[in-house]
Amino acid sequence: MTDAMRKSMTAMKLAFLILIALAMLFPVVLTVSNSFMSEEEIGRHYDLLDGGDTAAAGKNVMIRLIPETVTLSQFGEVLLKRPKFLLHFWNSVKLTLPIIAGQAIIGTLAGFAFAKLAFPGRDRLFFVYLLTMLMPFQVTLVPNYLVADKLGFLNSYGAIILPGLFASFGVFLMRQFMASIPDAYLEAIRIDGAGHLRAFIHIALPLAKPGIAALVLLSFVDNWNMVEQPILFLSEPFRQPLSVYLATIAEGARGVAFAASVLYMTPMVLIFLYGEEHLVEGIQMSGIKG
Amino acid sequence: MHGYDEGHEGECKPWKGGNHLIRIRQQYRRDAPFTLLFLAPSLAGFLLFFIVPFGAVVYYSVIDNPVNGNFVGLSNYEALWDSGSFRKALVNSLLFAGVSVPLLFAVSLGLSLLLRAKLPFRQSMRTMFLLPLVVPVASVILVWQTLFQWNGAINGLFLAWGMNPVDWMNSNWAFAVMLAVFVWKNAGYNLIVFLAGLSNIPTEQYESASMDGAGPIRAFMHITWPGLAPTSFFVVVMSIVQSFKVFRETYLVAGAYPNDSIYTLQHFMNNMFASLDYPKLTAAAVLLSIVIGVTVYVLFRAERRSREALQ
Repeated sequence: MTDAMRKSMTAMKLAFLILIALAMLFPVVLTVSNSFMSEEEIGRHYDLLDGGDTAAAGKNVMIRLIPETVTLSQFGEVLLKRPKFLLHFWNSVKLTLPIIAGQAIIGTLAGFAFAKLAFPGRDRLFFVYLLTMLMPFQVTLVPNYLVADKLGFLNSYGAIILPGLFASFGVFLMRQFMASIPDAYLEAIRIDGAGHLRAFIHIALPLAKPGIAALVLLSFVDNWNMVEQPILFLSEPFRQPLSVYLATIAEGARGVAFAASVLYMTPMVLIFLYGEEHLVEGIQMSGIKG
Repeated sequence: MHGYDEGHEGECKPWKGGNHLIRIRQQYRRDAPFTLLFLAPSLAGFLLFFIVPFGAVVYYSVIDNPVNGNFVGLSNYEALWDSGSFRKALVNSLLFAGVSVPLLFAVSLGLSLLLRAKLPFRQSMRTMFLLPLVVPVASVILVWQTLFQWNGAINGLFLAWGMNPVDWMNSNWAFAVMLAVFVWKNAGYNLIVFLAGLSNIPTEQYESASMDGAGPIRAFMHITWPGLAPTSFFVVVMSIVQSFKVFRETYLVAGAYPNDSIYTLQHFMNNMFASLDYPKLTAAAVLLSIVIGVTVYVLFRAERRSREALQ
């Protein structure tokens, strides 16, 4: 291959990749840009969507990326005049934060045990953890419902948070990170009977920090998005997290739905941009066989 | 495999095996209190919320109902099999896995091969591919509606080009729409895993292959593909699992009552739950876990065999 050919190959690859990247980005760009339109403009563009099959053919929604006038009125409306939005946002926070914190603590401890301690049946038990990680939520739906009922948690966040704390994904990911810490590091600090505890606190924990960060991120992604648990375990609409509420806001209040969507994705996107390296490392770790 | 503190490494007597076992047992005893300390919180919750419930699911699937508790053998399974909506859901779930997993595999492998080279904007492109993973599906529902509803933008384009509009969400096309959402959401994750797998293949292998006159296709077949085998295995397993969990996206994009073509096992199970039909629900749960378990086992075996064949 000549140099010129190689260069044009690279240019073609690049153009193709950029095209795909833009397509991937498109839903986000459209949502963000439309969140700066006025309610009136949104109404004009999108009211056709409610027409259903009977609406006149030939009249279709057009994609508009640039608002006629840039305004923050949607945001103002959502934040100041729609207390429901903040209520559901807060619900999401109340559901997500305890699960993330619990998973990080429980997962780090158990991950250390699975990676660095010896006990009978260890690898087999880990495999069982792995299998449960792969099962959809619905598999243990009935008994989880009955357990929540027995514990008096039905219709409260406990029914969702408690099982969430013990999700095996946290244990799996932290075990992968812990296993990547060389034994020699731990050996060096082991002195007497309390060795494991010291090794954990002084060596394993600091070295596993990127792993904890990755777990926090991946768990946030998962739980900020939760749908199945709330729609099955929480009967009152006002208890639903934002993920479920937003699916209904789209029809009733399209004028502010774009701004609401942007507010909903913002914490997630900011944390992602801040901790992308950790997220990438976490994904890589999940893919390593060990 | 065994803890890191193999203290008595020095004394290697002729009966190596025996010593080895004694050492492991000593280690078990020494580690036991710590194992308890570290593992107990996780194990307690794991048993209470996953293992015991799973046992309960198996039990419920062979009794008439939780109140009476009469053993009915496999009749719940027969009733389940006779249910038309179950068979539809099962076929749809398997079909979705069968199409979406290879599609996602091809897309993310292709992207990773392209992104592997030193390109300008490589880092920012990786960020863009990863973004859908963190963007909540609920926050882009409006976009999917804008695109795919009857009066949506895609039909607008179709009309402008003189083609017939398609009722995307209320026909078999809904299946294709869900495929698009699935690939959009999950390509970034697999891309990262593939990139990590690719970076583990030594570059010398490619250099010597190119000195032998091997073209890019031969290099891919003989170096990249076998080198990626463990990664591919992982990607396939995780994609299958994700494809069985596509309910979340389907629910958000298409609502609780989607078109028949995207009515999956998860919809079926949720409906059984809502109508309190525990026998059918638990029987379906047992069947689904058997399907997933067997799939993972078969893939595990295949991966081991391919690794042994390489050595």
